Amino acid sequence: MARPALPRVGPRRGVPILMRVSRVLLIEDDPAVRRAVEWALRHRGHVVAAASTGEEGLPLLRSHRPDVVVLDLMLPGMSGLDVCRRIRERDQVPVIIVTARGDDVDVVVGLEAGADDYVVKPVRASVLEARMRAVLRRTDPDATGLTRPRPRTFGDLVVDRSALVVTYRGEPVPLAPSELRLLLALSASPGQVLSRQQLLELVWEHSYHGDVRLVDACVKRLRGKLGGSPGCIETVRGFGYRFRAA
Amino acid sequence: MVRMPGAVRSLRFRLVAGFGLIAVVSALGTGALTFREARTGVLQQSQDTVVNQFRDSVDALTPGVPAPPGQSGLDALVYQLASTHRSQHWRVLATYGDLRAGSAPGDGFPELTGTLRTSVRTRSVAVFQRVHTGGRSSLVVGLPVVYGDGEGGRVGSGLTLYLVVPQTTEQQYVTALVGAVERAAVPALCLAVLLALFVARGVLRPVRALRQATRRMAAGHLDTRLSVNGSDELADLSAAFNETAVALERSVSELRRMEEQSRRFAADVSHELRTPLAAMSAVTDVLDDEAAHLERGTAEAVQLISEETERLVRLVNDLMEISRFDAGAAELHLDEIDLAESVRRTLAARGWQEKVAVRLPPPGAARMPVDPRRFDVVVANLVGNALRHGTPPVTVSLELRREPSGEGWARLVVADRGPGITPEVLPHVFERFYKGSSARTRSESSGLGLAITAENVRLHGGRIQARNDPAGGAVFTVDLPAGHPGRAS
Repeated sequence: MARPALPRVGPRRGVPILMRVSRVLLIEDDPAVRRAVEWALRHRGHVVAAASTGEEGLPLLRSHRPDVVVLDLMLPGMSGLDVCRRIRERDQVPVIIVTARGDDVDVVVGLEAGADDYVVKPVRASVLEARMRAVLRRTDPDATGLTRPRPRTFGDLVVDRSALVVTYRGEPVPLAPSELRLLLALSASPGQVLSRQQLLELVWEHSYHGDVRLVDACVKRLRGKLGGSPGCIETVRGFGYRFRAA
Repeated sequence: MVRMPGAVRSLRFRLVAGFGLIAVVSALGTGALTFREARTGVLQQSQDTVVNQFRDSVDALTPGVPAPPGQSGLDALVYQLASTHRSQHWRVLATYGDLRAGSAPGDGFPELTGTLRTSVRTRSVAVFQRVHTGGRSSLVVGLPVVYGDGEGGRVGSGLTLYLVVPQTTEQQYVTALVGAVERAAVPALCLAVLLALFVARGVLRPVRALRQATRRMAAGHLDTRLSVNGSDELADLSAAFNETAVALERSVSELRRMEEQSRRFAADVSHELRTPLAAMSAVTDVLDDEAAHLERGTAEAVQLISEETERLVRLVNDLMEISRFDAGAAELHLDEIDLAESVRRTLAARGWQEKVAVRLPPPGAARMPVDPRRFDVVVANLVGNALRHGTPPVTVSLELRREPSGEGWARLVVADRGPGITPEVLPHVFERFYKGSSARTRSESSGLGLAITAENVRLHGGRIQARNDPAGGAVFTVDLPAGHPGRAS
C-alpha cells in the first residue's frame, strides 16, 4: 500500500521563496498554541489544517495532503513519536517535530523515528517557517547547488538528481526529504569528507553551531534504508562523513 | 588540632611513665619497710632466744662450779656449755679474775669488744652486741654470774661468761627477704607498664575513633556515627558527638531538600511558562508585521508586547538551561571542530564582525573536541557582554598553549576598553541575576548569561576568570582543555 517513493514535488522554480505557499498539517494539543501557530502561518499565506491529537491528524494526511507536518511530541493518547512512525510507514512527507522541553532524549528518539528536523517551544513563526522552507527546498536542484542532471550509478545504487529518485538494485528507495538531501550532498563529491557542520548547513540550512545530532540520526536512518550497501556512507572519526563509491 | 611534638608528649607515653614510676616507688617502699620490720623482728627473736638459753644453761651449770673456781672448773663449765648447744655452734668463754677458759682451744674471741667487757663488768647484767667481723655477723652475749644474797639483793661472783653465736641463718633469712623484694619489684614494674598500656589503649581507642570520625565528618560523610560503649566520660563524649552529627545531618539534608525544592520550583515554573509563551511567541511576528498598519500609540504598544515576549522567552530559556545544569542533566555533545572557525561563525551569525577585533590562530590549527553549541554560547555571551557593558574596541583572541605536563589548552580572551568591573562586583560576576549596576537592570540580558557561560565552561572541564586590565577594561579569560574534557557524551 506504500505510496510511490518519490519525494514530494515542491513549488515551481522561479517562485520567490517567501511567496511560496505550503499546505501545512499542524498537530498540537494545546488550544492556544495551536490557534496561535495556525493563525501565524495562515497570516503568511500557508494553508493550514490543525488537529489536536494524532488520531485526529493522521486521516488529514490523506484528505489535506500536506507539504509538511508540524508535530508536537507531547500529545494526549497516541504519542507524537508514534504519530511520526505511523506517518513514515506510508509517507515521506517532511515532518518537523516540536518539543516543549528541548529534552535531549525526546529529540534523538524523534529524529530516529523519522522526523526531518525539530524546533523547541517557544518558537517564533518566522523561525518555524524558515525550517519548513528548508525541508521543502530539497526538491529544488538549483537551491542545493547540484548541477548534474544525469543519474549517477554507484554500484547497485543509482541516484537520479533530476528526477530525485534513488534506486537500489532497480527498486526505488523511499527517502524522507532530509535523507534524500543528505544523500545528494554526500554523493555529489564521492570520497570527499564533509564535516557535520557543513552537512548541517547544506542539508538543513542550520547555523554552524546547530545540533549535529540531526546529521547523525539522518545518517543512521539512511544507512538503514540502504541496507544492502551499509558502507556507502563512511564515518571519518573527528571529521565527519564521506560517501564511498562502491 | 594542635599536635604535640614528639612521642614524649603523647598520652600513651605519659601514662606508661606514670604507672611505671608508681610501681617502682611502691615496690621499693613496701620492700624497704618490710625488710626493716622483718629484720628487726627476726634478729630480736633470735637474740632473745639465745640470751635466755644461755642464761638457763649457765643457771643450770654454775652451781656445780666450786667457788672460787679454778682453771679446770672453768674449762669444764665452758666445755659443758658449748657441748650442750653444739648444733648452734656456740663458742663460750669464761673469765674469772685473770683466769680464762675458751670452749675451743686457741680461740682468741675477736668478736669480743672492749665496750662489751666494760659494760658487763660495770652493769652486772646480761649484755649483748651484734658484731660484724670478716663479713660474718655474730651475736655476742656477756653474762656476769651473780648470786642472790638472800635479801633480794645480788652479789657479783666475779665469774663472767661470754657467748659468741654465729648468726648465719638470720643473715640468710634477711638476704632472702631483700632478694624477694628485688625479684618482686621487676615483675611489678613490668605489670605496671602492661597495665598502663592497656589503660592507655582503653582511653586512646575512643579518642582515636573520635578523631577519625571527626575527619570523616569534615570530609562530608555526615552519616558518620561512633559506637558508644560503657558509661564513662569518653562514652559521653562519643554520645555527644553522635548527637551533634545527627543534628548536623538533619539540618544539612533539610537545607538540601529546600534547595532542591526551590530549584525544582524554578524548573517547573519555567516549564509551565513555556506553553503560554509558545502561543505568544508564535504570533509576535504577526504583531510586528501588523504594527506598520496601526495607529502610532497602538503600534508602540503592540511592539512593546512583541519585544517583551521575546525577552521573556530568552529568560525562560535561560532558566531552563540553568535548571538542567542544576539537575546535572546538561549533556556535552562533543564534536571536533576548528575553534577559530567557530568563533568567526559566532560573530558572523550576530553581525558582530565589524564591531570586534579578532586575533585567531590559522585555520585548522585549533581543532579540538568541544560542544559546538555550548562553545557558541560561551563566545556569544562574553562578546555580547563586552559590547553591552564595555566600550570599543572589543577584542577576541584565541591561542593554544601546552603545559609542561603535555596537556594542551585553548585560551579564549574577550576584552573591552570600558570602565571595567567595580571591585565589589568582580567576585560575583558569574552569579545568577547579580546586577552589577542599576544600568544593567534594564539590559537585554536575562541576568543569567555569565552564569550559563561559566557552567558551560565547567562542563567542558575548563576554567573561567574575570579581571580588570590595569590599562582599563574588563578581561574575561576562558581555558578549555584540548585533551580530556570533564564529561564526554
